[in-house]
Amino acid sequence: MGVESALGEGYLTTRIDNLVNWARSNAAWPMPMGLACCAIEMMAFAGPRYDVSRFGSEVLRFSPRQSDVMIVAGWCTYKMSHAIRRVWDQMPDPKWCIAMGACASTGGMHRCYGVVQGVDNFLPVDAYISGCPPRPDSVLHALMKIQDKIRTEHSVMLDT
Amino acid sequence: MELSEPLQKVVDGLKDSFESAVLDINQYRGDTIVRVDPEPIIDIGTYLKEEHRFIYLVDVFGTDRFTPDDRFEVIYNMISLRDQVRLFIKARLPEENPVIDSATKVWKAANWYEREVYDMFGIKFRGHPDLRRIFMPEDFEYHPLRKEFPLLGVPGSIQLPSSTPDPEE
Repeated sequence: MGVESALGEGYLTTRIDNLVNWARSNAAWPMPMGLACCAIEMMAFAGPRYDVSRFGSEVLRFSPRQSDVMIVAGWCTYKMSHAIRRVWDQMPDPKWCIAMGACASTGGMHRCYGVVQGVDNFLPVDAYISGCPPRPDSVLHALMKIQDKIRTEHSVMLDT
Repeated sequence: MELSEPLQKVVDGLKDSFESAVLDINQYRGDTIVRVDPEPIIDIGTYLKEEHRFIYLVDVFGTDRFTPDDRFEVIYNMISLRDQVRLFIKARLPEENPVIDSATKVWKAANWYEREVYDMFGIKFRGHPDLRRIFMPEDFEYHPLRKEFPLLGVPGSIQLPSSTPDPEE
């Protein structure tokens, strides 16, 4: 009936995935988890020169409940890891995570007993960025990779 | 040895008052380092503070010399604001049961410095009001700045957060 008959059988149900993914990928609000010097580059990424609002991610929310992408920027100690995990658990699904810079990805130059050797030890990371610190362009690149990932996801489940 | 006039007075005074406890006097890059016996450290501190106005305790730190005897060293870095001079006092401690009197009775500032030395080296401070770890978790079993402690830590000795969220949330 209605729209279904105008567009043909099955059209809406097969295309709703694309619609939802298009909407999600162009409004991925970051949760800035700035822990060290990478956070400065993350501010440049949000600022007018690199201008992440071109990709719909200009709303850096400092509340986990309103954000979709967590950018872990900087080295993470064992003490901090509990706070980060707590913030991550408060973010609503679906959510994605970017490990920004060498320290967040692998521990970087902080090869010592107090620093977690990569935030993927306790977070599901979707994109890693190399560099110490990475340029804002690479953060944009990681965001675009996340957008690609969102666009290929199956966002709508068949409820049977 | 080139000692400035106020420092010469300090060194002479230390030698007169604690002759056998002053073990070595040494200068390196403009700093004066006096090695003393650990037993009368409170008396030495009180003397320096009262007589020579070393009222500012800048730092207390430890070292692990990794030698068979007198393995640990506690170093006090202090400044006399009246005379504008800096002095380092060192005391060596054995590997087995390293204990020294707490300097908190003389300088209040020693409280957290000594907690840090305790945390990193396991040196105990007799008479410290609150000798707890200051950086590492309280249930941590090791002392990270000891030479035998591995650089990357002991796997599993510090808890990471659970990666399955709390089911009640």
